[in-house]
Amino acid sequence: MADTNVPPTARKMVIGLQDVSDMAAASSSDRADKGFDTDEEDDELPTEPMTLNMGPSHPATHGTVRIVLTVEGETIKDADVQVGYLHRAFEKESEHATYTQIFPYTDRLNYVSPMLNNVGYALAVEKLLGIVEDVPERAQYIRVIVGELARMADHMTCMAAGAMELGAMTIYFWAIKGREWIWEILEEISGARMTHSYVRVGGVAYDIHESIPGKIKALYPKLEVILSDIRQALYENRIFRDRMDGIGVFSKENALSYGWTGVSLRSTGVPYDVRKDHPYLVYDRMNFSVPVGEKGDNFDRYILRMEETYQSMKILLQCFEQIPAGPVVVDDPRIVLPPKQAVYNTIESMIAHFKIIVDGVKVPPGEIYSYTEAGNGELGFYIVSDGTGRPARLRCRPPCFLITSALREMIVGGSIADIVPTFDMMNMIGGECDR
Amino acid sequence: MSQRALDRAQALFGPRIVSSHAFHGDETIVVAAEHIHEVLQTLRDDADAHFDFLVDLTAVDHYGEDPRFEVVYHLRSMATGERLRVKAQLADTEDGTGSIETLPRIPSICDLWKCANWMEREVFDMFGIKFENHPDLRRILMYEEFIGYPLRKDYPKDKRQPLVRRDPNT
Repeated sequence: MADTNVPPTARKMVIGLQDVSDMAAASSSDRADKGFDTDEEDDELPTEPMTLNMGPSHPATHGTVRIVLTVEGETIKDADVQVGYLHRAFEKESEHATYTQIFPYTDRLNYVSPMLNNVGYALAVEKLLGIVEDVPERAQYIRVIVGELARMADHMTCMAAGAMELGAMTIYFWAIKGREWIWEILEEISGARMTHSYVRVGGVAYDIHESIPGKIKALYPKLEVILSDIRQALYENRIFRDRMDGIGVFSKENALSYGWTGVSLRSTGVPYDVRKDHPYLVYDRMNFSVPVGEKGDNFDRYILRMEETYQSMKILLQCFEQIPAGPVVVDDPRIVLPPKQAVYNTIESMIAHFKIIVDGVKVPPGEIYSYTEAGNGELGFYIVSDGTGRPARLRCRPPCFLITSALREMIVGGSIADIVPTFDMMNMIGGECDR
Repeated sequence: MSQRALDRAQALFGPRIVSSHAFHGDETIVVAAEHIHEVLQTLRDDADAHFDFLVDLTAVDHYGEDPRFEVVYHLRSMATGERLRVKAQLADTEDGTGSIETLPRIPSICDLWKCANWMEREVFDMFGIKFENHPDLRRILMYEEFIGYPLRKDYPKDKRQPLVRRDPNT
């Protein structure tokens, strides 16, 4: 608690904590004075390790995950983290779908921020096609806009669930209300509240309405109230701090060895963000910072999510200033469906439409790995193409699969209650982890 | 990814690299499966290459070709941001009995990166590739009773395997 970054009010709270423990010490000496038996060693009962199932359907595992715990009292001696309950054979299905048909599947990877998956997958196919540079600027800006909106929704969901599972139900409703406003905007852009399938190979499905930037800007004051309310309610809240601060500490070396990326890696002090280190789309024109944590604990991860929400808002404002007019999809009839008007009136367009729907976009043979910064970290797509309209192999590198793989090491030795905040702040999303 | 990484790998391993290519900026080296542990360890510890971050580990089934399987490793250097793909080729060694002993084998790299543990389990689960010296090689996404390896090309997409647990005493 000797952290210099603790706000002054939090310090006051720490002094309060000291008073309480003094009182506790005083009362126990009182008990001894009154002749109570305070020698704890005599009270110990014989114990043996117990196996306890947490999940797969547990209120605190908001993804479906099962943790088989071996506990001795409250202390976790061993844990077996079992994932896979939400396995939907994304990779197998993708081998039988055309490149365009895979977009709806990607929506269901990280279902809290589907736009980011859409964008990541589209960039992968475009890299294979060699048209990353040809995507019109307006489409690139729109992708950044919807992506950052999705990132805000993702972080707010994690903050909401994280607080709720520690008992702060109010925070959940505040943050989810904010997320709902963001989703309303995304619904207005794409037509769907959650599973957008808005991005296409070569651009986006349709242009955003001119009123969207104004609506997002009008949202800012409301979101800022929510975020600052959450800050005030939680950052100085003793229950919250006790369960987050210094819990789930993970070292930099371990985090790198476990393949952590995103907020979780940055909480340990490694400033790796794909948007900064390997800029894609128009992120190199954006002025934003990558916040990093100090201790690598749950509280750091919470603060970082909050901070990144603000950074996303900053990026959005810059997008509205810079976004040019123009087409939103690449001008290439081999990749993009012809306009409906032409399909119904000319035979050439009808054939082109038919070929793209039935055979899919022909992608040259080869293999690529493309990566973007999703809500949880580096979301990678490794595609092997054999030159047909369907991928020969599509691998999704799910960031939270690797983060969850470290859960065992993080919780063993701790107490059962610490699993809840640690697991929450990993933001394990079943759809992405299990694919 | 960068050409420099490819040159460094060539200098380090020379003839042990079966082939190499660069496609859309993705540099790839292909090595024999038995060398994979040594190659990855050298790439990780070499002060110049310094590929200290294992980004991804997966496999590809080239059904009907020989060698049939490829295990694919994606590496990143945290210092320079360079990336390199390392592939190991594996022949199909199965005799059709479905025995776990005849699965294609490759050395595990769990001792180099901790994240390899779960990713190797996934590859084992999906492709039936056995990682030698893996501390805990179990299925991860599918259930224990599952038969077959679903991401192999010869596993039919529409095959159903309902999991019905029966009491062995009845």
